[in-house]
Amino acid sequence: MSEFSTALSLAFDLLRHADPVLVDIVLRSLRVSLLALAMAGVLGFALAALITVTRFPGRTALIIGINAAMALPPVVVGLAVYLLLSRAGPLGGWGLLFSPTAMVIAQVVLVTPLICGLARQTLEDAWREYAELFASLDLGTLRALSTLLVETRHSLLTTLLAGFGRAISEVGAVLIVGGNIAHVTRVMTTTIAMETSRGNLALALALGLILIFIALLVNAGVFFTRELAARQGA
Amino acid sequence: MRVCSSPVNWRRGRGHEVNTTPLLPLRCEGLCFRAGDLTLLNDVNFTLEAGGITAVLGPNGAGKTLLLKLCHGLLLPTTGRLQWQHTPTDLRARQAMVFQKPVLLRRSVAANIEFALKVRGLASDERSRRTRDMLARTGLAALAERPARVLSGGEQQRLALARAWAGNPEILFLDEPAANLDPAAARTVEELITTIAASGSKVVIATHDLAQVRRIAQDVLFLHRGRVLGQGSVRGFFECPPNETAAAFLRGELYW
Repeated sequence: MSEFSTALSLAFDLLRHADPVLVDIVLRSLRVSLLALAMAGVLGFALAALITVTRFPGRTALIIGINAAMALPPVVVGLAVYLLLSRAGPLGGWGLLFSPTAMVIAQVVLVTPLICGLARQTLEDAWREYAELFASLDLGTLRALSTLLVETRHSLLTTLLAGFGRAISEVGAVLIVGGNIAHVTRVMTTTIAMETSRGNLALALALGLILIFIALLVNAGVFFTRELAARQGA
Repeated sequence: MRVCSSPVNWRRGRGHEVNTTPLLPLRCEGLCFRAGDLTLLNDVNFTLEAGGITAVLGPNGAGKTLLLKLCHGLLLPTTGRLQWQHTPTDLRARQAMVFQKPVLLRRSVAANIEFALKVRGLASDERSRRTRDMLARTGLAALAERPARVLSGGEQQRLALARAWAGNPEILFLDEPAANLDPAAARTVEELITTIAASGSKVVIATHDLAQVRRIAQDVLFLHRGRVLGQGSVRGFFECPPNETAAAFLRGELYW
């Protein structure tokens, strides 16, 4: 018990003094996850919009595939990206393995299906409601789509927050493709895993508290987004 | 010298000249609509003249909504054709449709009307002026900034009508606009429909409400099981039904 309280006290010290190692790790985590989220958002929303308003052979198979990929195990994604980027892999020549870029790629692969799957459901529900109105107003496909995205903005923002939550808290994939190299690819989750195994609980606890704080922020964001949407009758 | 057989008018729109030759009359010839093995509309023939309110009357499942959607161009007939007197490139923009359940955007009352006007290419100041005008004429001015989707059913339907009317359509299709409203709200909507028709728009309203037809319509198109079984004046239809099916419908004895 005293070991835990000592570790907790040290963790708060690290937080209070904005320990440079801690800050470096947190900032890297945020950089990697936010970049991955931006890319996954663009890809996921575009794919969801395409699936919503078009019909093409293999559409159903694609939807099933995306839904299945929403629950992809991070370590499997990490392994796949590792094989892709390793020296013997098809993209080995790019030299990206054990770099932040590799971590971004792994997180994009993890998060895109989640964003796409949730956004597709949102967009399809809205499309069912609005398709005839948009046709009646003679909106072209692009204008109809942009209007649809605006109309569902609150739900799509919630989807992005869910994607961010998955990206920032993921450990398996970034550990495999990033290698947990100090000052290069070490992020919050990989550091927690490593420091815990070393018995250095203070840093692990400090990072854990920050992760919990981020999770709270994300959930508050989801809550207030929904509140705002409800007030606007969305 | 070339002579036009019908008058051609021109108005300014979206920065270029737009032909404003009237769309009506609309002739529907041999209209059929099938979905799989089901024939939902079968050899429908009628003519819609300009002006006034025409009620597309019939029991549930007669094909009223389907017919309106075909006329508005939301669906294509399996066979047959719809012939407008004039078919401009902006044919859809010169019509409007209001659905049974109002479809409103997740924005304010005023923004819903403005959106429809923006789509039609109106400048910002003209949009604001027309929006204010529409809100005043439909009794929604006090609700202008309220989220559209939290309005009552009657207010939502009035807003849907205002949005459709804002575009100054030559023909307005209404799919049972008062079906889910209480009597007071239904009466307000009916008054609004009468005002819209008086402003020069042709109104085609799908309904099975006989009292409503008597109150607001001038013509009736009677539909049953996907076929037109009568067309004529409201008075003539009620006083001398064109056939036994129509008479049974008026007596409340016709089921789908």
